[in-house]
Amino acid sequence: MCQTCGCAVTHNTKGHLKKTEIVTEAVTVLKGLLAENDHQAAHNRQYFDSQGVLVINLMSSPGSGKTSLLEATIEVLRDELTMAVIEGDLETENDAQRIRAHGVEAVQITTGSACHLDAHMVHDALHDLTLAPLDILFIENVGNLVCPAGFDLGQHHNVTLLSVPEGDDKPAKYPVMFRAADLVLLTKIDLLPVLEDFKVSRAENYLRQLASAAPLSQVSSKTHEGLDVWINWLKDEVVRQQAWCNAGQDKNPMILPDRLEVQERAGG
Amino acid sequence: MHELSICQALIKQVAVIAKQHNADEVSRILVQIGPLAGVVPELLERAFFVANKNTIAEHSVLVIESLPIRVSCDQCGAQTDAQANRLLCGKCGDWHTKLLSGDELLLASVELTTSTPIANTV
Repeated sequence: MCQTCGCAVTHNTKGHLKKTEIVTEAVTVLKGLLAENDHQAAHNRQYFDSQGVLVINLMSSPGSGKTSLLEATIEVLRDELTMAVIEGDLETENDAQRIRAHGVEAVQITTGSACHLDAHMVHDALHDLTLAPLDILFIENVGNLVCPAGFDLGQHHNVTLLSVPEGDDKPAKYPVMFRAADLVLLTKIDLLPVLEDFKVSRAENYLRQLASAAPLSQVSSKTHEGLDVWINWLKDEVVRQQAWCNAGQDKNPMILPDRLEVQERAGG
Repeated sequence: MHELSICQALIKQVAVIAKQHNADEVSRILVQIGPLAGVVPELLERAFFVANKNTIAEHSVLVIESLPIRVSCDQCGAQTDAQANRLLCGKCGDWHTKLLSGDELLLASVELTTSTPIANTV
């Protein structure tokens, strides 16, 4: 070893090796932070399309009636359409059991402490389902008005529920969630007569202030009031999905085109 | 707290880039976030301190650039600033607008450090 600087060059060689030179390099990336999730979601959507199934992602606060809505939907549509449900919860199989009690296949994803479903969790759940006979696959996301909006699962539509007891200003308080909705369902409308503070027009106004053109439909899973509007929307979308699949086209939910646009804008 | 999942995805992406460039260390990470991405910059920063442990990004600085919300009006064509829950046209007040920026969640750039041994004549 060289006695002067400690490098590995012997006295016979002329040069000494400096230990190292630190080179700093800036690399431009401009890629979505959720690129990996988005990639999996696109793969899921491709698979759904190949099987001709319409996939609806249901999002809302906990307790706003997602499972009750599905139960009512199953009862009305069971003779016309074949459905299955992926249930997302932190713990328990309760919701999946409620769905199975109606004779419909349900896969429960328990996320542990994760506050949302992601595309990989949905992909794993798909291994327990046979999609080909299905017309609609519902994904009941974890009850949460914040995080689920950020994760594409491969669904064709986002349906966000707003229950009357939650108050009519939820779209103003949770803009990211409500902006992502293709359809907003105002649930538990049987409570409107007792919760007089809730103004449907105010809820709709807050929704429009998010530049959202999503329809706001009113429904009660208990009395079935307004359920026909939701059922007809579903039937129309099943027909539309079949047409898209036959034409080899994809249908993306509201939230996705924006994110893709962002990446295009950024040149990524 | 989905900021931790997002941070883990970020570090995974950064690690891939660092490997592609044979870097020894990542010194700086620049991300761009719009208010409508649904991510809280402060929480992302805190999550970063947890998520970067024992990774190539352990000693890197996370820089978060906040982007403004801008909308373009379908009715009058004006491009104006807006707020997260009021995406109305700043000129005519119409709600038929399109988002120009504000929902970004982007890894903009990384600064990589590479140590190369170099020969030097004395």
